[in-house]
Amino acid sequence: MSSIDTSGDSGGHKKGPGVKKAKKMSTKVDMTPMVDLGFLLITFFIFTTTMSQPTAMNLYMPKDVDKPEDQNKVKESGAFTLLLGKEDVVYFYEGMDPASPGNFRSASFKTIRNEIIRKKQSTNPEDLVIIIKPSSDATYKNTVDILDEMTINEIKRYAMVDISDVEYQLVKITEAAAGIK
Amino acid sequence: MPSVKIKKHAPDNDMTPFVDVAFLILSFFMLATKFKPEEPVEVTTPNSVSSTALPEKDAFMVSIDKDGRVFISLDNEKLKQTLIQSMNQSRGLGLDAAEIRNFVKSPSVGVPFTQLKSLLSLDPDAENYETALKAQAGIPCADSTGGELTLWVREALVAYSGKKLNLLIKSDNNTKYPSFKNVLNAFKQNDQNKFLLVTSPEDAPPGTALFATRQNQVDGKK
Repeated sequence: MSSIDTSGDSGGHKKGPGVKKAKKMSTKVDMTPMVDLGFLLITFFIFTTTMSQPTAMNLYMPKDVDKPEDQNKVKESGAFTLLLGKEDVVYFYEGMDPASPGNFRSASFKTIRNEIIRKKQSTNPEDLVIIIKPSSDATYKNTVDILDEMTINEIKRYAMVDISDVEYQLVKITEAAAGIK
Repeated sequence: MPSVKIKKHAPDNDMTPFVDVAFLILSFFMLATKFKPEEPVEVTTPNSVSSTALPEKDAFMVSIDKDGRVFISLDNEKLKQTLIQSMNQSRGLGLDAAEIRNFVKSPSVGVPFTQLKSLLSLDPDAENYETALKAQAGIPCADSTGGELTLWVREALVAYSGKKLNLLIKSDNNTKYPSFKNVLNAFKQNDQNKFLLVTSPEDAPPGTALFATRQNQVDGKK
């Protein structure tokens, strides 16, 4: 029967002069290759993976209707139109007429929230409809941000529609006056 | 004078804590992250407060890069096969079996019909394959009928008939709105009006109506 001699030199019988002493192995293991491998894997995972799980945002577009009588009507007092222009500027007006004096104003994406909240508080919730009209200079980020604003402020009724020529001209004029290229 | 003896340190220091930390970080990355999906172009999605998880199955994804190039990708290989075969017949693309297999394997495609054959005939091991993928022109969809993207959507809907197809739109922050509108238009031509926009998660800003609602939900659960 063979057994591992754990007694070492202390205690036990003395070995004869011809018997070789078993070399005591060090218990320390060289960990360098292990660390190397560990960090290699870390770098691999950092580069090939993504941290944040993407989320999905619902977007329901209205069906195109040909007949004007099928279209939803918006009360003038409840309509709030947001126009997305160049350089992350939002233009907005209340009611139906953008050209009436003092009605057509601009805001940034930071300040537009206050305007939406103000409109929401001052309007009958049944009537409030926000109309989003991105111009052709707006970016996708602007569009998502403004749709997000609807979720953030819990606007129940909003629609994304095309910008009209009159409005686009107004945006252009305002941009030219503000020096936005 | 008694001289101060400097203790000699062993040249090998104990690496165990170091290894512990390394493997801790490693396991964190393995569990907390997910592999990046293969994409020919890089698309940085905007943030939104939306918390709906992205559906992983039955997705028809349209990616728009910052220059407005449009790519499509489907996750189900079997349906991809059906899609490309009917497309091959109806549009007379003249693809052979190997090219169809290539289409099924490739993560996304973004070329007009005329260039599809030459793209799919490329050898994936060839040196210029990566550059060819990056140089794809995008699926044309700029006209009022939605262009070729409309046809792709129509065929995909046919291939998916009976099942719910999730229509995902993934677009870059700097994509101009008209490119996005063209894609919406192509879907609208097929009477599809419900979309999912791929975004990165973000918290609701404090002090807003949504923030209050979510806070109430959390408190209600407790």
